[in-house]
Amino acid sequence: MRVGRYALRALFVLVGLVLLAAIWEAYKDWGPADGVKLFGTRILPRTTDASMPHLSTIWHAFGAPEVGGAITLGPTTTVLDSIVDAALNTLRWAATGFAIGVVVGMLLALLMDRLVIAERALLPWIVLSQTVPLIALAPLITKWGAGSSVGSFHWQNWMSVAVIASYLAFFPVAVGMVRGLKSPSAVHTEYFRCAAAGWWKTLIRLKLPASVPFLIPSLRLAAAGAVVGSIVAEISIGLDGGIGRLILTYSQQATGDPSRVYAAVIGASVLGLLAAAVVGIVDLALWRYHRGAAA
Amino acid sequence: MTPAVSLSGVSKTFTLRRGSVVALEDIDLTIERGEFVSLIGPSGCGKSTLLRVIADLLVPTTGTVEVNEKSARKARLDQDYGFTFQQAGLLDWRTVRANVELPLELHGVDRSKRRARALELLDLVGLTDFTDHRPPQLSGGMQQRVAIARALAESPALLLMDEPFGALDEMTRERMQDELVRIAAETGAAVVFVTHSIPEAVFLSHRVVVMSPRPGRIADVIPVELGKRNADTRESPAFYAVITQVREALRGHQTTSAADRAAEIDRAKGAL
Repeated sequence: MRVGRYALRALFVLVGLVLLAAIWEAYKDWGPADGVKLFGTRILPRTTDASMPHLSTIWHAFGAPEVGGAITLGPTTTVLDSIVDAALNTLRWAATGFAIGVVVGMLLALLMDRLVIAERALLPWIVLSQTVPLIALAPLITKWGAGSSVGSFHWQNWMSVAVIASYLAFFPVAVGMVRGLKSPSAVHTEYFRCAAAGWWKTLIRLKLPASVPFLIPSLRLAAAGAVVGSIVAEISIGLDGGIGRLILTYSQQATGDPSRVYAAVIGASVLGLLAAAVVGIVDLALWRYHRGAAA
Repeated sequence: MTPAVSLSGVSKTFTLRRGSVVALEDIDLTIERGEFVSLIGPSGCGKSTLLRVIADLLVPTTGTVEVNEKSARKARLDQDYGFTFQQAGLLDWRTVRANVELPLELHGVDRSKRRARALELLDLVGLTDFTDHRPPQLSGGMQQRVAIARALAESPALLLMDEPFGALDEMTRERMQDELVRIAAETGAAVVFVTHSIPEAVFLSHRVVVMSPRPGRIADVIPVELGKRNADTRESPAFYAVITQVREALRGHQTTSAADRAAEIDRAKGAL
């Protein structure tokens, strides 16, 4: 039953992808070369090879040999190798940022749940924090971090990337978790009080399990945010080796042939999907705590 | 013997944004060990508030509350009472057995003892076949039974029940009442039972405490002497006589004695 549902969902995803590809190719073949304009504004892109490469061209770009540039690799490496390599680096930074963000978000949520005054004092700042543009923040964090060292620990640039990723990740976790912690109904909190359960036991046996349905969507947002944050941070602080920098490098190289840029963008999307899939696995593992889980 | 609950001069005033509301005023009540007492009255008469004061979920504005000769707070911390609510209030992510084990788990009883006790209680409430089910798979009546088993887990001397059968259909409700009479007798626990239903209060209780609203006061305390309850009890004239008595007490607290009522019935017959 469960497996059948997931198979069906996978099928829909596949159908969606095929449809998207079909639309892309159809527009490229039959759309006007100069794009579609409405009142002088282009609302659909040009269909030239420079703007919209054929999907097959993008496909071939993956297999094309890497040609130096910012990343100098051995002669046999292909574009795909570079993309996978870069994606794994970004994934590592994003995962670190995600972990930091989740821990910080959860701690903030616990604090806000415990003390009403903390919620009143913190929540506006937490919301405000997300309105600060990441691009502005990235150089600051790098500057603060750069050169700082404690004992044998030295701050490295990738750590700045992770911190920026965590900056995007902590927000949905803090907000979702605090709602989840407050979600148990009066009958449950009264029961725990009758049972003379203290704060800690109520947290472990009631509040945390009850917050799972709120936490899962938050984690999904946090995972996506960590990946996006990582990519943006790489670009804005100029850290080499990740997928963000690779996209930039390819787009600088691409004169008339954007297929590599598209290939790298696809690589970045796969990375985002991978992050979402990891959360999906966590979600499956915690099915017991879903609202109204009857199965 | 020492009483299970003793309340003297208890009042409770809620302070709201606009003025204050007197929910309970000058309540004196003593409940003996093993006694079954129902609190009945219209909405807003403070019966649930009274139950929560006994449970130390609310602190009274004045007066003293003793449970098992201890302060209500101490009694709560010592788990001297079990509580059931109108909604069963089970944790959906736990199995039926784990729900019954919850209070034992919270108080550090070891696993094997916990398990044995849970199975014993589930046997008592007739749910042995559902130990590994989850609450959403059970009917409302079954969920309430689990809640009762959970409340009894630590063999409390007192059971506080806040309209536990309020959401059940009539048939299930009567079956649950039969079970509760049996369970109360088997465990020897005193019960304070809040209800809206007059027949329910009369069927279950040794005494029915009739409350009147604004401010919440005890209007009357009606003793129920129906002997051992069984299927015939519900159809006996004595049962209906007490129901009438409670109903009249609720209506206007004009206390018509049983003798007066008998005379009235005779007059009515004579007129025919």
